[in-house]
Amino acid sequence: MNEHLTIYPIIVHLITAVLLLFFWKKPKIQRYISILGSTVGIVIAGMLFHRVWENGILSIQLGNWEAPFGISMVADTLAVTLIVLTNIVSFALSIYSTENMVSSRIKFGYYAIFHFLIMGLSGAFLTGDLFNLYVWFEVIIISSFVLLTIGGRKIQIEGAVKYFTLNMISSIIFLTGIAMVYGATGSLNMAELSRIIPEIENKGLMQTISLIFFIGFGVKSGVFPLYFWLPASYHTPPAAVSALFAGLLTKVGIYAMLRVFTLIFPLGETNQIILMIIAGLTMFFGGIGALVQKNILRVFSYLIICHIGFMVGGLSIFTQVAIVGAVMYMFHDIIVKATLYMMGGIMFRIFGNTKMEKMGGLMDNYPKLSFLFAIPLFALVGIPPLSGFWPKISLFSASYTANEIAMLVMFIFASLITLIIIAKVWNNVFSQNPESIETKSSFKYFKDFNFAEKAAYVVPVVLLVGVTLYYSFFAEHFQLIATRIGEELMNTEHYYNAVFNINEKTKL
Amino acid sequence: MEILLAIMTGILYAAGIYLILRRSLVKLIIGIVILGNGVNLLIFLMGGLVKGNPPLIPADGKMLEGVFADPVPQALILTAIVISFGLQSFAIVLIKRAYKVLKTDDIDTMNKTDDIK
Repeated sequence: MNEHLTIYPIIVHLITAVLLLFFWKKPKIQRYISILGSTVGIVIAGMLFHRVWENGILSIQLGNWEAPFGISMVADTLAVTLIVLTNIVSFALSIYSTENMVSSRIKFGYYAIFHFLIMGLSGAFLTGDLFNLYVWFEVIIISSFVLLTIGGRKIQIEGAVKYFTLNMISSIIFLTGIAMVYGATGSLNMAELSRIIPEIENKGLMQTISLIFFIGFGVKSGVFPLYFWLPASYHTPPAAVSALFAGLLTKVGIYAMLRVFTLIFPLGETNQIILMIIAGLTMFFGGIGALVQKNILRVFSYLIICHIGFMVGGLSIFTQVAIVGAVMYMFHDIIVKATLYMMGGIMFRIFGNTKMEKMGGLMDNYPKLSFLFAIPLFALVGIPPLSGFWPKISLFSASYTANEIAMLVMFIFASLITLIIIAKVWNNVFSQNPESIETKSSFKYFKDFNFAEKAAYVVPVVLLVGVTLYYSFFAEHFQLIATRIGEELMNTEHYYNAVFNINEKTKL
Repeated sequence: MEILLAIMTGILYAAGIYLILRRSLVKLIIGIVILGNGVNLLIFLMGGLVKGNPPLIPADGKMLEGVFADPVPQALILTAIVISFGLQSFAIVLIKRAYKVLKTDDIDTMNKTDDIK
């Protein structure tokens, strides 16, 4: 009975989504149900986290088919921590969407699809079966297609075509990898694969398959040669949708990489080098790309790409400290990137557009908001003691001790270029006054909002900034969690024992 | 039979990728559909082909004996087909909508979201 808690995070959002379908034409009620569902989601995620933290990895065999025949759901520390963060972001976005999404969009099922997406994310984090991971990925992408196109503006449709094509292709490549793994091993259970794959003699084949997986996940997470769909589509939907995508969708690709390249195909020397080169190039091109953009949302898109490099780079060094750094960076990134796009939404309401040359003077006109916005921006750069600083210590020291000086140089380069970009954003948006202020008559500006509407925009940002500040000042908690995740990821027997119910104390 | 299917899979992959690289939106979707079918065939092939031995446990038996067809790839293909069916129907609606809104079928002219401005 107790292990049923493992799948509750999925079920909460499933029930919420189905419930929302019953209130199809009633946007007002939908808003409350969504906030309620997200609140319950946070509570359940917290309970699951507490349980896993106290008792070690939880697992459940769906339909009571014993592993490796059935589908296993495994809640290890990495999965549950990500579920907690996902639910926090989803709670903030539930509130944010109440004003950011107009009623006509909600009437087309925005909230229901939103919760299906969160359900897909929870499932992807929890599953212990490779094919099931593919299925959850499909749940995620089809929900994201709908969210991206809902409203159907010209630019949205165009972005969606690009997003759709590359995500479909990545799914197909992922499925090809699954077919090959099944052909070579006869199993798809991740825990069982972790034991079968090292014994297979044809190392070249395994190498090839692992790179097929890398391409599949690489498209999803937006690494260097495969990221072009991301800046082409992320700025097109309303801010709430962008924030959801930016915070969570690319990270699910990183999660899959962390899982597959530690548990199933532990990185060999060749793969490490390939990942390192790709991580370095991702940071380089993401940073350079962000530097030349003029639309603030596209600057943020390129920053996502740039910072994906930190996580892939951490994984590629493949020591425990580096994995700890990558995981910590992921926690920081989920919260901060979601906040950035929510800020972008508020800026759009203040200035009436998202072009940086038409923005300015935020500091004079909205000093309190500017102070609020400064925190995530500085956290992104990694100014101590804010949250970006702590994972970078782990990453820098790991790359130094592993003697990967090139990687260290790239990390420093990416940090510096982030600083330059944020300085540029600060200069354009916050301090400088715009050359010309145009006011559109039909547009509802931020200053015309009443108190409740303003609160719906600002409160979620405050909430996520609060999480960032908590991360900043109590980083040792996250360090503790990440250290345990690193230990669990590098020693696969914990995972294996939990799935096969081998009676060993899995608690560390 | 395996060789035939392997060649068939290769052809489907090649045809799918070729169509994806074309400039027309419709051909892009057809390419994705063909590629998806190629993957399904690959999964089928990877499970191993066995003739005339369905995976059924006889009434007096406890477990499968001898050579039998692997049921797992078929379950996987079924799932994959259903999923790709859903995605393809979305894709078709999307290209119809894209054609209506953007008034073009040419992918090369769809570069508005990539503008630096």
